[in-house]
Amino acid sequence: MSPLSLSVLAAPAVITEPPEIDYGLLSPMLVVFAVGVIGVAVEAFAPKDKRRIVQLWLAGLGLLAAFVLTVLQVGAVTGPEAGVAIAFGTVMVDGPALFFQGTILVLALVSLLLIAEHRDGESAFAAQAATVPGSGEEAEHRLAGSQHTEVYPLVMFAVLGMQLFVSAGDFLTMFIALEVMSLPLYLLCGLARTRRLFSQEAALKYFLLGAFSSAFFLFGIAMVYGYAGSVQFGAVHEAIGAGGAGTIENGEPLLLIGIALIAVGLLFKVGAVPFHNWKPDVYQGAPTPITALMASCTLVAAFGALLRVFYVAFGGAVWEWRPMMWVVAILTMVVAAAIAVTQRDVKRLLAYSSVVHAGFILTAVVAASPEGLAGAMFYLAAYGFTTIGAFAVVTLVRAREGGGEAGELAQWAGLGRTSPFLACSLALFLLAFAGIPLTSGFIGKFAVFEAAVAAGATPLVIVGVLSSAVTAFFYVRIIVLMFFADPAESAPKVLKPGALTGTAIIVGVAATLILGVFPGPVLDNLVPQPVPEAVNGTQPAEAGMVPGDMFVR
Amino acid sequence: MTIPWLTLAIALPAVGALIVALLPRGQGELAKRVTFGFTLAVLAVVGAMALNFQADGPRFQFTETHVWIERFGVHYAVGVDGIALVLIGLSALLVPLVVLAAWKEQQGTEDEGKGYFALILILEAMMIGVFAATDVFLFYVFFEAMLIPVYFMIGRYGRGEGRRRAAVKFLLYSLLGGLLMLVAVIGVYALSAQAGNGTFLWSELVGSDGLLAGIDPATARWLFLGFFIAFAIKAPMWPVHTWLPTAAQSSRPGTAVLLVGVLDKVGTYGMLRYCLELFPGAATWFVWPVVVLSLVSIVYGAVVAIGQSDMLKLIAYTSVSHFGFITLGIFAMTSQAQSGAALYMVNHGFSTGALFLVVGFLIARNNGSAAIADYGGVQKVAPVLAAMFLIAGLSSLALPGLSPFVSEFLVFVGTYAFNPVPAIIATVGVVLAALYILWMYQRTMTGPVREKLAHISDLSLREKFAVGPLIAVIILFGVYPQPLLDVINPAVEGTMQQVGVSDPAPELGVDQADGQEGAGE
Repeated sequence: MSPLSLSVLAAPAVITEPPEIDYGLLSPMLVVFAVGVIGVAVEAFAPKDKRRIVQLWLAGLGLLAAFVLTVLQVGAVTGPEAGVAIAFGTVMVDGPALFFQGTILVLALVSLLLIAEHRDGESAFAAQAATVPGSGEEAEHRLAGSQHTEVYPLVMFAVLGMQLFVSAGDFLTMFIALEVMSLPLYLLCGLARTRRLFSQEAALKYFLLGAFSSAFFLFGIAMVYGYAGSVQFGAVHEAIGAGGAGTIENGEPLLLIGIALIAVGLLFKVGAVPFHNWKPDVYQGAPTPITALMASCTLVAAFGALLRVFYVAFGGAVWEWRPMMWVVAILTMVVAAAIAVTQRDVKRLLAYSSVVHAGFILTAVVAASPEGLAGAMFYLAAYGFTTIGAFAVVTLVRAREGGGEAGELAQWAGLGRTSPFLACSLALFLLAFAGIPLTSGFIGKFAVFEAAVAAGATPLVIVGVLSSAVTAFFYVRIIVLMFFADPAESAPKVLKPGALTGTAIIVGVAATLILGVFPGPVLDNLVPQPVPEAVNGTQPAEAGMVPGDMFVR
Repeated sequence: MTIPWLTLAIALPAVGALIVALLPRGQGELAKRVTFGFTLAVLAVVGAMALNFQADGPRFQFTETHVWIERFGVHYAVGVDGIALVLIGLSALLVPLVVLAAWKEQQGTEDEGKGYFALILILEAMMIGVFAATDVFLFYVFFEAMLIPVYFMIGRYGRGEGRRRAAVKFLLYSLLGGLLMLVAVIGVYALSAQAGNGTFLWSELVGSDGLLAGIDPATARWLFLGFFIAFAIKAPMWPVHTWLPTAAQSSRPGTAVLLVGVLDKVGTYGMLRYCLELFPGAATWFVWPVVVLSLVSIVYGAVVAIGQSDMLKLIAYTSVSHFGFITLGIFAMTSQAQSGAALYMVNHGFSTGALFLVVGFLIARNNGSAAIADYGGVQKVAPVLAAMFLIAGLSSLALPGLSPFVSEFLVFVGTYAFNPVPAIIATVGVVLAALYILWMYQRTMTGPVREKLAHISDLSLREKFAVGPLIAVIILFGVYPQPLLDVINPAVEGTMQQVGVSDPAPELGVDQADGQEGAGE
């Protein structure tokens, strides 16, 4: 095959008509984008002292409106078809996409409460990020009460990226979404008010490693394009089914390399071992509200994208990627659980715990079945609420000196005596992380492990429950400290939760309990039902293929 | 309309727990009264339910089934057979007595025991739930969730410096077993889904035409192990018993009563209900390993108990020995042995409960010391206390005329019919029981009165009311065990039928191979 014919084959159709775009279905993203843009304008034109309140209402209402629009679409896309592809197939509107988008929007709204929390004129963010830490200029800005209200538009852009990330219909759109999501987050990570150098270091680390992973991702896309002749997920799927698009002979290695590189990019965002090293540093360094946003929304978005790529685009190559996912899942669960045991800082511990949970969700990805998808979806939603609640508690426990957060676990001793409400909430969140029944964490764990067992990955599940037992050890240790130990000498000062943070914690508690006791409505209606064939005992679809009717291609 | 007895019995203490927890601070006295009121109400409900139970009726009665999580085929399904009924009765009887015994225990603590009483109530709800569940998932939920209140009861309200470690050890041990069981639970579901209908309903899973009937023997053995390890940890069986002595030592006596008297029964109850009936083939395959472990537990628990210097730990080790008898009875696979084992679960709750309570009263009179060396001559200053101690102790060593004797005898008879050798070895446990109980009595109650103990008071009226009912039932069911056996026997027959074993022919010299002949492979 000559290079000439290749170019002829791949010659794109010239588009002469204006593109037809269903703005109605795109509206949730457009609303978030518009709010972000208006937010920038507000920064430019609104008086300084009014900005925060304007931005807060704008962002809050924007997220709410986007959520309502997303929910309205659920009715629009259900039917015999799994969903619709819009904007030339670059954006998919299907069940999983809507579920993930809705989850992201709600979680972002709860995180926004933490981001907006404001106490004696101080927020969690640096007064003026451009000043040198420790300089007189910084002190001046502090005294003047300067604030970075740019935080709100940045969050909106990040959320926009997440929405697009989970609904992208081709690799290039997904890459753009990845960058739209990541760049504001890099910036937000560096804005902590206290321990600013630490925060900036975290931002830089995150940025450098993130840039590397983006490069891997992009290179992988090139490889897959070489194999399939298209970046569309549906086309890639068909090409794999047909044994390659024929643009390049014996393209199998291209596909394998492509899968591996794209996996690196996505697993980095998920934070799976061995691509997890950024997580503890970034979670610890970033302002805690931003950590909450990353631990919930970013994780949901990253898994949403991972599931779409591996179930749709690479859905025909399950045999190729499943062994890799096995290894990654086992490593993630075992290594992170082992390291977490040695942690002494609350935020680092929660970061490692987030890595372990990513491992649990990966067991559902390995299943490559509708049950796996459903399990992962439920798990992500449940985990998101719980983790935001946990970080919300972290924001309230402050060191005696300097007003920074008391990260050291040892300082948390006796919290159950001094602030029973906070300690009980955190204990509930930790028990949910540990997967104790009657909390959402248990149902989530059950759902992902059940999917894995049904797909024949029982050894993976055994590793999973054993590392669960290890993680239980350090969650329980925190509870022991809070309830059974006497208050430490350097006991932290516990702030009364303000209306915003209080709401975030209550939402977390409510979601953890409701999803734990009555998971039915979510499991039965929101996440895809298993295909009937699988229930009848026949082989689900062809071996090595992900059943196709969950996502729109 | 029929009354949903079981739901009522589960919901009532849960509501009570919520009310007690929400009482304002400084209302310790009111909290106690409310708690006691609720536990009595539960006892009344359970009592009324027991009166409505028809021993010759269907195996499961008072059943309720509602879909809980449709996607996973999970039901809120409850119902009791005779064994579950007597264990629920045991729980409902022990809890008010524990509350009564703990009346003054938490005085002077920060919340005056409000949290402790709320935990007791929530634990009672879960204890009743775990015995009533007829859905494997629901059972698992109660089984695991139960750990949390006990964990706080030991770690927060327990005694001594070691309580935190003990609480964590208890939780991690149980959690590990529970998680292994979770894999097996998921496996059961996956297999039922393969067989055509993904469900957790016990009634649809068991039996020769149940969903688990056609599973491959190797898989069944693995699943059996998943359940069995969790139950063995709970029971506790040698060699996974090590959490119990530390937990008992660090518990308040009331907590210890519930922990050893009821919670550990969940382990043996689970073996009988789930291990045997879900995987009959595997259960008969594992008979000998379990029998050997039981014998080790019997002898080991007894020998180690003799050497203890702490009374609470001593009682905990005697329980290891007694639980060996129960598991021996279950896995001997004869109807007498299993009836004996089921009866033993109840009687052990009475006798160990009484023993823990009396020891608790004793400890409270001596600055919280549980060391045997700190006591002597109590009999002379507190004769009623000593008498209660002696009766409870004698029941623990299965003196004829007291209720544990009946159950131990049945276990022996049943085991002998299965195979004489384990029965003979198990008698060692009986001999040693006399040694550890009587020696403890001798060291603490007889001899010259210790100076410190010269002025201790005898049992108060409240304390008599706490331990008296237990002593009464021990004597009552020792003389007349028939009411209990009447409800237990049909349930045991049902189990034997599901497992597919029948009693060996009654003639002497029966070969062990014949005994296992009926084991449905």
